[in-house]
Amino acid sequence: MATTIDVMGQFRLATALGPVGASVNFTNSNLTMVVVCVLILALLHLGMAPRAVVPGRLQAAAEMLYGFVHRMCIDQIGEEGKAFFPFIFTLFSFILFGNLFGLIPYQFTITSHLAITGALALFVVGLATVVGLRIHGMHFFSYFLPKGLPIVLAPLIVVVEVISYLSRPVSLSFRLFANMMAGHVVFEVFASFMVVMAASLGIVGYVMAVAPFALDVAMTGFELLVAALQAYVFAVLACMYLHDAVHLH
Amino acid sequence: MTDAPDESAEFDRRLAEARQRQGLEKPAAPDPKANPSLLGIGLRVGVEMAAAMVVGAFLGYWLDRVLHTKPFLLIVFLLLGGAAGVRNVWRVVGPKRPGRGMDGA
Repeated sequence: MATTIDVMGQFRLATALGPVGASVNFTNSNLTMVVVCVLILALLHLGMAPRAVVPGRLQAAAEMLYGFVHRMCIDQIGEEGKAFFPFIFTLFSFILFGNLFGLIPYQFTITSHLAITGALALFVVGLATVVGLRIHGMHFFSYFLPKGLPIVLAPLIVVVEVISYLSRPVSLSFRLFANMMAGHVVFEVFASFMVVMAASLGIVGYVMAVAPFALDVAMTGFELLVAALQAYVFAVLACMYLHDAVHLH
Repeated sequence: MTDAPDESAEFDRRLAEARQRQGLEKPAAPDPKANPSLLGIGLRVGVEMAAAMVVGAFLGYWLDRVLHTKPFLLIVFLLLGGAAGVRNVWRVVGPKRPGRGMDGA
């Protein structure tokens, strides 16, 4: 039995839905995104269906998600943040559900692909730039020129500030992507230890394989934290960038 | 009971006091932005630094190719990228928004 350790195999894209999906290159990633969106809509729709004064579990979850993001928007961006609430809510719930859905065994993790996180991050920073230009016009570019700066230093600092601004989508996307991918690679490494031990050491291997299994169980708890934390960090940073665009400094 | 509201306020105060004594009251809801977890900061800082350097290096490399100045702009922009990285990190760990000290250099 060949037991090569193929930790990256879980991130491989393949077409889903048989020949129909193959003809339009509908991948397992796309399928997972659709499932995640359906799950979010189902939570909100089914959760809010009872409209009870004292919420049930599902309604409480939906209301907490809504209230949490709403408060985050207003805290981070200010009163203008209400305008961006639908966007931030969509972003946060998509990433959160994508992260959590990927923790279900055998499921694809959409946020473990740089293409996905990169597209999200570019959209966030692009939106922040457009909003800044829309509100402040050409005055927006004063963002790259901090107040009270000696004019001699201006050419240097402006370049630094522009690089800093351009690094936003990179850091935003890489943080989410790296965290999700690293976690899943570690899962797979420990899991393949189990297979290797069981295959090569016989009955002793089966006993020893308990150790990596226990680590994987513990990792699951940690990854739940990372999944929620990274979705939160992404949303908070999106809010902060929008804050900068709305208020400039 | 004419002083009912007064009495209830008094009761609320004593209740809060008692809860404080017993350590039941959480010390004023922690503001996630003012006091982010160390894990959060640690996760942010490294990526911010690296991202700026990557962008700086990429910009330098691209400008070099456009302007045929290999390899000088790459070197310059790598250093500027490092500076931008420090700027990013300073944004995370430096003084918070209200007194957003640009003069704190």
